[in-house]
Amino acid sequence: MHAPIPHALGLLCAATTLVGAMMVITRKVVVHAVLYLVVTLLALAVVLALLGAPFAAALEVIIYAGAIMVLFVFVVMMLNLGQADSARESEWMRPRAWLGPALLAALLCAELLYALPSLLAPLPPPFAGPATETPLPPAPPLFRLGVHDVGLSLFGPYVLMVELVSFLLLAGLVSAFHIGRRRAEER
Amino acid sequence: MTRASLALVVLGPFALLGLATVLTWVERRLLGLWQDRHGPNRVGPGGLFQPVADGTKILFKQDWIPPFADRSVFILAPVIGMMTVLLSFGVIPLTDTLWIAGNLNVGLLFILGMMGLGVYAVVLAGWASNSKYALLGGMRAAAQMISYEVFMGLSLLGVVMLAGSFNLRTIVSAQAGLWFIVPQGLGFCVFLLAGLAETHRLPFDLPEGENELGAGFHTEYSGMKFGMFFIAEYAGIVLISALIATLYLGGWRGPWLAPALWFALKTGVVVVFFILLRAALPRLRYDQLMALGWKVLLPLSLLNVMATATVLMLRATP
Repeated sequence: MHAPIPHALGLLCAATTLVGAMMVITRKVVVHAVLYLVVTLLALAVVLALLGAPFAAALEVIIYAGAIMVLFVFVVMMLNLGQADSARESEWMRPRAWLGPALLAALLCAELLYALPSLLAPLPPPFAGPATETPLPPAPPLFRLGVHDVGLSLFGPYVLMVELVSFLLLAGLVSAFHIGRRRAEER
Repeated sequence: MTRASLALVVLGPFALLGLATVLTWVERRLLGLWQDRHGPNRVGPGGLFQPVADGTKILFKQDWIPPFADRSVFILAPVIGMMTVLLSFGVIPLTDTLWIAGNLNVGLLFILGMMGLGVYAVVLAGWASNSKYALLGGMRAAAQMISYEVFMGLSLLGVVMLAGSFNLRTIVSAQAGLWFIVPQGLGFCVFLLAGLAETHRLPFDLPEGENELGAGFHTEYSGMKFGMFFIAEYAGIVLISALIATLYLGGWRGPWLAPALWFALKTGVVVVFFILLRAALPRLRYDQLMALGWKVLLPLSLLNVMATATVLMLRATP
């Protein structure tokens, strides 16, 4: 099914994502953690591009890595964290603090491993491709889900979601305006 | 991938770095001309070897990392700045056939993404330097670049709607009859201003305003790391100019001359215009910059999107 090189690349990116995410949690300097999160998001974007969704990959880079994470860095810069905060951070990361989350994560991992064989099993007829005896169809082109498809589905079946999200954004905008507004007596 | 584009991959970065270096000389000479003085004219014919002398000197400077700086991030910042600009050039088609990834179907979004990542260079340099002027410069840069990225994306939407694609090659091909600067004049103005702010050039160079912040985010940088910021800035000017040539001035299209020559000519004209702006305009105040962005450019770019969409709809349904 998979061409070998994109498949290997995808695995590599997935590994990068995982390692990056682990580094995010374990870094003591906040900006370093944020940078590792950026790396994680970029690796995710590559995974999306390899899966045939270049538009989603581009948005991942522009919005998450390029805008939201810059805001994170901006806020961290405003807070002016120093040595004391790093020390407190390492205080929080003593082995005992790892115990509970590690247990829960191990449980989830075990569940995933248990469920994996059924996920990988061939799909029932309506979803399955042609039977394995017939030669496989040529691999689909790398760029499948383009801008047009995303736009059409956003303003087609998902138009209600788009409207709801815009409501949410509007509410956020109004409340930001309310909080940032200077009161008359403060002027 | 053709042999030509493979050659571009190998030689392109060097050509760009050379171009950016020569551009420092061009800028200083032109500024001299417009301000009625000489500019560098001693080294080589007309001072042409001045960049070589500067480069040689900067290579021998002490490569100083302040002891109070965050070492790894301090080194990473100029690298990010350089990489993002160089990568963006990959999707710009020089001619109909000469490009590295000019046919990428999300080419324009790729450039916007790279510009978004380019903010990190400035912000991280400001943070990692761990000094007040650098921090102030970095914070200004973050706010300025995030804000102007919004209008930059919005102003480009008009072009995307007219061409019906994010593919830069398709966008140039769609300008066969008429350059997009004519139907997208408003979008062009917004994009030009956003491009100025994005490369933090005068009159929008507040992140590095000399007389208030030392040198802003790169106050603590010296030697070739400073050189990388410097060269990345000039490569950024070339990038914005090449984008304007591609998106609004018909890219490689033009009569008589070779396509690559047309592209270079258009890009060069925009670069010179950028330098002229520096010679002509004083620096804005920071609150003026933000007010201009959010109160003037944002409504204008939204208006541009709306008008373009309306015209397209009316044309589609006669």
